[in-house]
Amino acid sequence: MIKFAGVYMAFPSGSLALRDVSLHVAKGEFVFLTGHSGAGKSTVLKLVYAEHLPTQGDVRVSGFNTAKLNRREVSRMRRRLGIVFQDFRLLEDRTAEENVAFSLEVTGAKRSIIAPKVMRVLAQVGLTAKAHQYPGELSGGEQQRVGIARALVNDPFVLLADEPTGNLDERATRGVLRLLRDINANGTAVLMATHDLDLVRHASYRTVELQGGAIVFDSGMDQQIVSEGTA
Amino acid sequence: MRLAFREALLAFRRWPALSMLSVTTIAFALFVASLYGLVVLNLHRTLQSIEERVEVVLYVTRGTPIEVITLAMGDIEAFPEVAQATFVTADEALQRAQSELVEFQGIFSEFETNPLPASIEVRLQPGFRQTESVAAVAERLTGFAFAEDVQYGYDWVAKLDRLRDIGAVVGLMIGGAFAIASIIIIGTTIRMAVMQRSREITIMRLVGATDGFIRSPFLLEGCIKGALGGIVALGLCYAAYSAVHRLLFQAEFFDQTQMAFVVAVGTALGLLASATSVGRHLRQV
Ligand SMILES: Nc1ncnc2c1ncn2[C@@H]1O[C@H](COP(=O)(O)OP(=O)(O)OP(=O)(O)O)[C@@H](O)[C@H]1O
Ligand SMILES: [Mg+2]
Repeated sequence: MIKFAGVYMAFPSGSLALRDVSLHVAKGEFVFLTGHSGAGKSTVLKLVYAEHLPTQGDVRVSGFNTAKLNRREVSRMRRRLGIVFQDFRLLEDRTAEENVAFSLEVTGAKRSIIAPKVMRVLAQVGLTAKAHQYPGELSGGEQQRVGIARALVNDPFVLLADEPTGNLDERATRGVLRLLRDINANGTAVLMATHDLDLVRHASYRTVELQGGAIVFDSGMDQQIVSEGTA
Repeated sequence: MRLAFREALLAFRRWPALSMLSVTTIAFALFVASLYGLVVLNLHRTLQSIEERVEVVLYVTRGTPIEVITLAMGDIEAFPEVAQATFVTADEALQRAQSELVEFQGIFSEFETNPLPASIEVRLQPGFRQTESVAAVAERLTGFAFAEDVQYGYDWVAKLDRLRDIGAVVGLMIGGAFAIASIIIIGTTIRMAVMQRSREITIMRLVGATDGFIRSPFLLEGCIKGALGGIVALGLCYAAYSAVHRLLFQAEFFDQTQMAFVVAVGTALGLLASATSVGRHLRQV
């Protein structure tokens, strides 16, 4: 699934963002990535969707070494991932429905397939009624639901979420988390970066903590050894 | 493709001012270039019609037997430079003079004998109407024993040559300058559009759009702008042309192929400019 083996990541500026990170996220798993600001959480996610490449070590996503993919293959791989951001990253001049449809359109899917799929995921995130509203007309929590719907519409095997609740109030945060949990229950793995320790504590999922770019704690260490044999 | 088209049109709706600027720039650049083209075209046609009249005239010594002339005509027509050789008898020359120079009709009728000599008028092939070929043909014609005199308008043949050379050099300079300027300006406006949409491009890449997918609406947009610019340029040219045609002198406009060429050049410029600016941006994300 997702496998980091001895990953080092240094930026051209010289700052070392990750040191010797080895991590395995199994199929259908829910993993929290925690740590202070600058610990390297976002960097881990960016390595998964191949925005960055490791300076040393391997990152494998469903078997493929990200360093060996060409640009086209990176695009194809990203269609199998769902990515959710703290700042939503929606297209402001498109409605919720169009934003979701967009990530199907880039795959060249037929229109007849797009429409029902979009409606299905919008229903899943509870936004059917607001399908025709623009991001500017939606609350933060609703915008993030659009972001999640967009990530889901391609049936990803893993959802990567970088502080998806960072801009939301407590209520909206709980709503989004519940949504991610449901998605996970349907079999999609979730890798979520957050510094909201309350959230992590209450959810009782596997937690990986980063500090200064290195993993200092992994609640699923023993579990990982078990799952490695089966994955 | 339909999707790319939709995205390209969306860009026009979202950035009407910027789109207008691009179209206007291409239109203006093409307008100036094609206006020059129109001038060259008309100049060329005028030159051509003058050139068609370039002929070398061999005046035949009085009393030369017709068989000798017929034989010589065959030789002359076999020259590679020669398109046509026409024998004009003394009588025909007189008739022509009488009908062309109406004012002097009286004078002609008073002559007892025809003062005009017979002649052979030699027209040259299109490629051989410059000074050297004309002079060469004249030289060879002088070699005929019955040639009393060989004449051709050397002076204005040389002038025509010079005019053509100057025209070509000026055309090349103006055309080149405008092509470079318009590519720079169009490239800049499209780069601005790309930069305005860089957030969008980043998002597109994140949801798995390939470079080709991202690029195609921009390229299409460039092509549309270029083609529109070409059409506007043709419109402006036509306005200028009809003003000149009506007020100053008879002129000719582009034919269909040439109009298509102007639009094609606009399209190519738009495509080139957008391809370079999008390509540069894509390499950064
Ligand atoms: N583009 C970059 N160029 C240079 N250094 C970078 C770049 N992006 C991140 N870094 C550095 O890499 C380290 C890890 O950054 P990262 O964004 O992964 O942290 P984070 O854990 O996501 O933090 P936060 O909780 O604030 O989002 C930081 O020290 C940061 O300064
Ligand atoms: Mg971060």
